[in-house]
Amino acid sequence: MEGTRVSRGSSGYIKVNMVVITRRIEFSASHIYHNANFSPEENRRIFGKCNNPHGHGHNYTLEVSVAGEPDPVTGMVLDLKELKEILEREIMHRMDHRHLNYEVPELAGQIPTCENIARVIWQLLEPKITHGKLQRVRLYESPDLFADCFRNGDAAKRENSR
Amino acid sequence: MSATGNGRDDEGALKMELGRRYHFSAAHRLHSAHLTEEENCRVFGKCNNPYGHGHNYVVEVKISGDVDPATGMIANLADLDTFVDGAVLQAFDHKSLNEDVAAFKEKVPTTENLCIEIFERLKGFSGAKLERIRIEETRNNSFEYTGDKLAEIAVASEREEE
Repeated sequence: MEGTRVSRGSSGYIKVNMVVITRRIEFSASHIYHNANFSPEENRRIFGKCNNPHGHGHNYTLEVSVAGEPDPVTGMVLDLKELKEILEREIMHRMDHRHLNYEVPELAGQIPTCENIARVIWQLLEPKITHGKLQRVRLYESPDLFADCFRNGDAAKRENSR
Repeated sequence: MSATGNGRDDEGALKMELGRRYHFSAAHRLHSAHLTEEENCRVFGKCNNPYGHGHNYVVEVKISGDVDPATGMIANLADLDTFVDGAVLQAFDHKSLNEDVAAFKEKVPTTENLCIEIFERLKGFSGAKLERIRIEETRNNSFEYTGDKLAEIAVASEREEE
């Protein structure tokens, strides 16, 4: 979705057109919420059925948004094919059909909540996005529950991306 | 790096928001006592039909805050669910917004006004900061409200003066 902003260039004010592109992928994974520092009763009270001993799983939907100016030659912020490959390599290979507690080292020692998974995904993707700027990671655990990760100050741009 | 989702507004810091969707069904009729019958009919169209009509509303609640390292959560979902159930769903689900909700005795129960009413009812949630209410009246119509920004600025400057 297109928005216009004005930024200060070397020759004064220039007009730039920011565009946000979003790619959606789905992966399936299992997890369990359990904190070894809590008693069994506390784990049960705080995490409820997410603490069931043998874990459970979800079909996660991940939306990755990248903001930038379309390249004048290609008309692209970032080649969606390139974004697809980054997501395949960084996310699908790591998380799809995996147990998030035991098989994803980046989540080791963390409760694999939607919030923590979204943050890890942000940290994995941000350095890999070389064209445009990672703007938002939205991870749906179910259609009715999701977490957004973004950098503070990007809120106005985020508004435009709805 | 900060633990994300911090309540502070540090420019560039990673920020985390959690979104949760709730569902309720209710009847309403758009009719203003300040307008004539003809004006009501012209302004509100079929939404002014005398016996009202209904929608399956979807309420998307966005909260932000620090991610607790012990739980991996911004706020315990069970707490949020209980709060939303008590403050909104029980009052609105399978009710007539015009007849059963005091706020709409005076105000027209448009989904704009419904956003404001639900925001006011939920902003007292103690577990996290309420960021936004987004309501889908139908699959094709949605409305968002992020609170009274002028009131927020007034409260913040009062705090600074103290």
